[in-house]
Amino acid sequence: MTQERGDLAESAICFDHVSKTFGRRDETGALIAAIGDLSLEIAAGELVAVLGKTGCGKSTMFNMIAGLLDPSEGKVRVEGRDPFRDFDWYRGRMAIVFQNDRLLPWRTALKNVELGLEMLDIAPAERRQRAQLWLSKLGLKGHEHDYPHSLSGGMRQRVAIARAFATNAKLLLCDESFSALDEMTAQRLRDEFAALVRENGKTAVFITHSIEEAMQLGDRLLVLERPARIALDLKIDQNASREEREALRARIRTILSL
Amino acid sequence: MAALWQIAAMMFPPFLFPSLVKVFARCLHIFGSLEDLTNIAATVGRILAGLAGAFVVGGALALAMARSERAERFFSPTLTFFQGIPALSWVVFAIIWFHGIEFRIFFIMVLTTLPAFTFQILGALRAMSKDLIEMVQSFRPTRAKLFRTMILPAVLPDILTAWKVNLGNAARVVVVAELVGATGGVGYELLQQQQMFDMAGALAWTLQLVLFVLVMQGLLSAIENYAFRYRAVSERSL
Repeated sequence: MTQERGDLAESAICFDHVSKTFGRRDETGALIAAIGDLSLEIAAGELVAVLGKTGCGKSTMFNMIAGLLDPSEGKVRVEGRDPFRDFDWYRGRMAIVFQNDRLLPWRTALKNVELGLEMLDIAPAERRQRAQLWLSKLGLKGHEHDYPHSLSGGMRQRVAIARAFATNAKLLLCDESFSALDEMTAQRLRDEFAALVRENGKTAVFITHSIEEAMQLGDRLLVLERPARIALDLKIDQNASREEREALRARIRTILSL
Repeated sequence: MAALWQIAAMMFPPFLFPSLVKVFARCLHIFGSLEDLTNIAATVGRILAGLAGAFVVGGALALAMARSERAERFFSPTLTFFQGIPALSWVVFAIIWFHGIEFRIFFIMVLTTLPAFTFQILGALRAMSKDLIEMVQSFRPTRAKLFRTMILPAVLPDILTAWKVNLGNAARVVVVAELVGATGGVGYELLQQQQMFDMAGALAWTLQLVLFVLVMQGLLSAIENYAFRYRAVSERSL
């Protein structure tokens, strides 16, 4: 185990001078970094939107928090531990909503939501009750016994969100979770998702390439430039005036176009 | 086909094409005889034991090959080589290498159906959705839970197909294996009918094997229909 005391342990998520390379080299023979010397801290209870262009290292950063990748240099700590080495410790403490719903086609909506609870050895009756509750919260009452193929894209993504929330994990990771949906459905789900995160006191990291989505969802916004260095880190005031939001949008656009 | 046979029975002598009535009567006789039923049961047992053995070994080999490139480099050409060996050669090898009749038959059954089981399960393991595996792994399952919730349901359709395909192969091979040395079973009975030049008996015993294959295929289809009820069905056929 790699539990740490001190500053690294106090944040929900901490990147300390993290770099990641995948062995690819540029024309001069130098290693190409997917992430270069990234340092950041995310406090417990924050809803952070991470914004950046395609290929800027968002997904690499996401996979490091999820414990799927190990940094080449520096330290990544999630709740004070190394998510790559202490992978199993995060069982029930971290849940992920992926870009596509990734529902198991052989399971009903209810059984899909129960999946994470099965990993936690929760008794079948409680599992069922919790899964039903979350499906109901996400407006899917009556669809518990439907298989994924009979649900619409929006409904399937709701099931995926219910699956993540049902485990009661403190940390939620979302990887462009609403990008495959039509704008109306995505807008509604974004609102529901943000409300559920705040109501339930979760820490959430939301990866996106949409400026609008990042500004609508996050309490805090991180804009990344290649190779995953922080170009902008600010709190978002959801009550800001239209002019202020437009100015911020223009500023982000300028950073992303560089 | 039955009508054509009956026409042939009217045109040729009974030792070449016996009437279907006679064949049916022989079938009834087999069903009514405990000794004959025991012979059928012996063959069925050998088929199922051979298939189960090949399935277990093939499943283990496929898992090893899916996990390790070294295992794949070794087993893949070996099994491909085995696929080229005729069933009759395995029969000869088994007679030379082993003494016990039942073990000989089991060996032949396993070796002739092993490559197909292994390659079909390996293909299914490789075709599993990486996205779904990553999703299940994000919940940090134990190995047993990963197997139960993800791997088994994902490869089940291919496992059932592999059983269906190998069932027919096994029914053909078992007769060859029983012809050489067995003192009971459908293959042994077929050999007796051949020595007595009894076509009706040969046909009746063959039909027992066909009936077994049909019953097993029906059972596997029923399992398929139940296990894959989640699949979307298009109203437009292929």
